[in-house]
Amino acid sequence: MEILLVILVGVLYTAGVYMVLRRSILKFIIGIIFMSNATNLLVFLASGIVAGKPAFVDETVQNASKIADPLPQALVLTAVVIGFGLVVFALALKLKFFETTGTDDLDQLKKTDN
Amino acid sequence: MNSIILQLAAKYVRFLLIFFAFVALLRGHNYPGGGFIGGLLATLAIVYYSYAFDWRSVQKKLFMKPQGYVAVGLLMILLSFSPSLIQDETLMKGIWVSIPFGLLGQLKLGTPLLFDLGVFMTVIGVTLLFFFTLTKRR
Amino acid sequence: MAIALPILFPFLLILILVVVKSNRASQLIAVSGSAALVLIAIYLFFEVKSHGILTLDMGGWPSPMAITLVVDYLSVLMLIVSAIIVFVISIYAIYFLPGQHKSTKFYVFFFALAMGVNGAFITGDVFNLYVWFEVILISSFVLIIMGNSKEQLEGGIKYMALNLIGSLLFLAGLGLLYGKTGTLNMAHLAQILRAEEQSVLINSSTALFFIAFGIKAAVFPLFFWLPASYHTPNITISALFAGLLTKVGVYALIRFFTLFFVQDQTFWLNMLLVVAGFTMVAGGMAASAHYDVRRILSYHIISQIGYMIMGLAIFTPLAIAGAIFFMMHNMIAKTNTFLIAGIIHKIKGTFYLKDIGGLLNQSPFLAVLFIIPAFALVGVPPLSGFFAKFILVKAGIESKDYIIVAVAVFTAMLTLYSMIKIWNEAFLKEDPNDNQSQSKVVKLGFMHFLPSVILGLVSIFLGLFAATVFDFTTQAANQLIDPEAYINSVLNYTMP
Repeated sequence: MEILLVILVGVLYTAGVYMVLRRSILKFIIGIIFMSNATNLLVFLASGIVAGKPAFVDETVQNASKIADPLPQALVLTAVVIGFGLVVFALALKLKFFETTGTDDLDQLKKTDN
Repeated sequence: MNSIILQLAAKYVRFLLIFFAFVALLRGHNYPGGGFIGGLLATLAIVYYSYAFDWRSVQKKLFMKPQGYVAVGLLMILLSFSPSLIQDETLMKGIWVSIPFGLLGQLKLGTPLLFDLGVFMTVIGVTLLFFFTLTKRR
Repeated sequence: MAIALPILFPFLLILILVVVKSNRASQLIAVSGSAALVLIAIYLFFEVKSHGILTLDMGGWPSPMAITLVVDYLSVLMLIVSAIIVFVISIYAIYFLPGQHKSTKFYVFFFALAMGVNGAFITGDVFNLYVWFEVILISSFVLIIMGNSKEQLEGGIKYMALNLIGSLLFLAGLGLLYGKTGTLNMAHLAQILRAEEQSVLINSSTALFFIAFGIKAAVFPLFFWLPASYHTPNITISALFAGLLTKVGVYALIRFFTLFFVQDQTFWLNMLLVVAGFTMVAGGMAASAHYDVRRILSYHIISQIGYMIMGLAIFTPLAIAGAIFFMMHNMIAKTNTFLIAGIIHKIKGTFYLKDIGGLLNQSPFLAVLFIIPAFALVGVPPLSGFFAKFILVKAGIESKDYIIVAVAVFTAMLTLYSMIKIWNEAFLKEDPNDNQSQSKVVKLGFMHFLPSVILGLVSIFLGLFAATVFDFTTQAANQLIDPEAYINSVLNYTMP
C-alpha cells in the first residue's frame, strides 16, 4: 500500500512539474493542482498510514496501537481546504486576465518584468 | 438549462442533500463529517438547484447574499469563543452543557457545535461566491 | 488571554467592516481599530518585559498537543512595528486609494493581511504558521489585483505563481518534519532536534523550508516575483507589502534557524551567508539601473533583505540583535519611502523619474520627509539605519567574515547611489515640463503627509534611542540563541 502511494506521489509531482513548465496559464494551474495533491499525500505518507483504524475512540480503548494518528488527518484536511481556495482564486484570476487581455500564453507576460 | 427531469429531480434531491448536510454537520464531532463537509453538501444542493432552474429563483430562496452567509458564519465562530472567555478558561476551550430530555436521553450542546455551525455557514457562503464568480452568475 | 488579541481584534474588525456600507464609517473604524492594535502591541511589550515569555495553549489541551501562541521579545518587537505600519497605512489609504477601490472592501482584506501577519509572528506551531502564511497569501492576492488593470493582473499572476509553489514546498517540508519527529510544536521540535543527532533525515525538511521561506523573503535566486509585481498595485498596497510581507519570511527564517534547525548548522549558515551576499548585491545593482521610483524601491527591498539574512547567518548574539534592529528600522523606513513615492505621484502624476523634477522648490516639506527615510536607509549617523548597519558590520568583523562585511559596505554605496538618484531627479532637477503645464499645481493638506511624518518620527526615535532599542533586540537575540527559556515556558506551562 505504502509503496503504491509513494509511486503515486512521485507520478503526481512529475506530472505537476511538467504542467507547471508549460506555457499556458490554465496548464500551470492544473500543474499546481497535481502538486498540491501530491503534497497532501506526502504529508499523509510521511506521518505513517495505517489501514482501517479510527482516529477518534472513546475511553474504553486503551491500546494506542488500535488508533490512527488524528493529527495528520486534520493537517491534510486543512491543507486540502486551503489548496482548494487557492486554486479557485487562481482560476478566477486567470479568467479575469483572459477577459482583459485575451491571452492564455505565459510568454506574453513580459510587461511588468525588468 | 430547461430539462423537466432535472428540474423534478432537483426539487427532491435538494431536500435529501440538505438533510445529509445537517447529518454530516451534527455527527461531525467524533465521526467523519463536520462543518466543512456539511457546508459542501449544502452548497451542492444549492448549485444543483441553480443548474436546474435559473439563478434568480435560487437567489430568492437564499434569504441573503453569499457574503451575508460568510459574515454570519464568522460571527458564529467569534461567538463560540466567548463562553470560554467569560469562564476565564483558555481560548477555544470547548464548553458543554447538557439539557435532559427525560426518556429521550439528553441533548449535549457546546461551543464546538457553534463553531461547526459557523464553519458550515462560512463554507456555504464562500463556495457559492466561488461558484457564481467563476460561472458569471452574480 | 491578551496574547490572542492581535489575532482576534483584526478578526472582529473584519466582521464589523463586512457589514458596514458607508466609506466614511469604514475609514473611521479602520483608523481607530488599527490605533487600538498599536496599543495592544505596546501592552504586550510591557507584559513581556515584566513577565518574560508569554504562552497560551489554545483549547485547553496540554502543551505539545495544543496550538500554542508564544510571545517573546522578537515576536513583540515585530508586532509593534507591524502595528505601527498598519496604523499609518490605514490613514494613508483614505487619501491615496482612488475611488474605484471601495474602502470597505480594501479594509476587509487589509485587516485580513494584518491578522495573518500578527498570527505568523505569535504562533508557536509550525502548521499554524503555514495557515497564517496562507491567510497572508490569499488577502495579498486580492489586494494586489484590486484595481483590475492589465498590469496588476499580470503582476498578480507572477506573484501567485511563485508563492503557490513556495507554500507547497512549505507544506511538504512540514509533513516530512512531522513524520520524523512526531510533533509540530516549535518548542517541542527544538527539544527533540537539539537532543539527538539525525541530520541526514532532517536536512531534507530544512532544505524545503529554506526554499519556501526564501521565496517568501525574496532572497537571491528566488526573488523574481517581487520586482515583477510590487510596482503594479496602488501605491498604498505596495507600501503595505513592502513593510510587512517579505519580513514575515525573514522572521520565519530567523525563528526556524535559531530554534530548531540546528543540525548541520555550519553548512546552513554558510549557505545563508552566501545567499545574503548575493541578495544584497543583486538587489542593489538592479535598483541602480531603473528610473521608476517604485521599481527602484522594490529592488531595494531585496537588497535590504540581504542585510537581515546576513545577521542571521553570522549567528552571534550581536549579529542577530543587529538583524532584528535592522528589520525594525527597515520596515519603518522602507514603508515611508513608498509613502513618499505615492505623494510624488499625487503631485506629479507619474512615478517615472525622468518626467519629474523641481520638487524641492515646489514642496520643501516633502523634501525633508524624503530625506529622513532615505538617510535612514543609507545609514547616516543620527538615524536608525546607521546603528543597524554599524551593529551588523561590527558583528561581521568580530566573527571574521570580512567578505560579507565588504559586500555590505559596497551595497550601502549602491543604496546611497540610488537614493541620490531619486533626490537629484525628483527634487533638485528642473521640472522638464516646466514651461508647458504649470497651471495644474496639486495642493496637498497636512493629512496627506501625516502618515509619512509619523514614520519619519519613528525613524528618528529609533535613531535617538538606539541604545534602549538595541538593549531589547539584544535580549531578543539572547532568547533566540539560547532557547532554553522559550522551550521551558512553552512545555512546562500546564493547565490546571
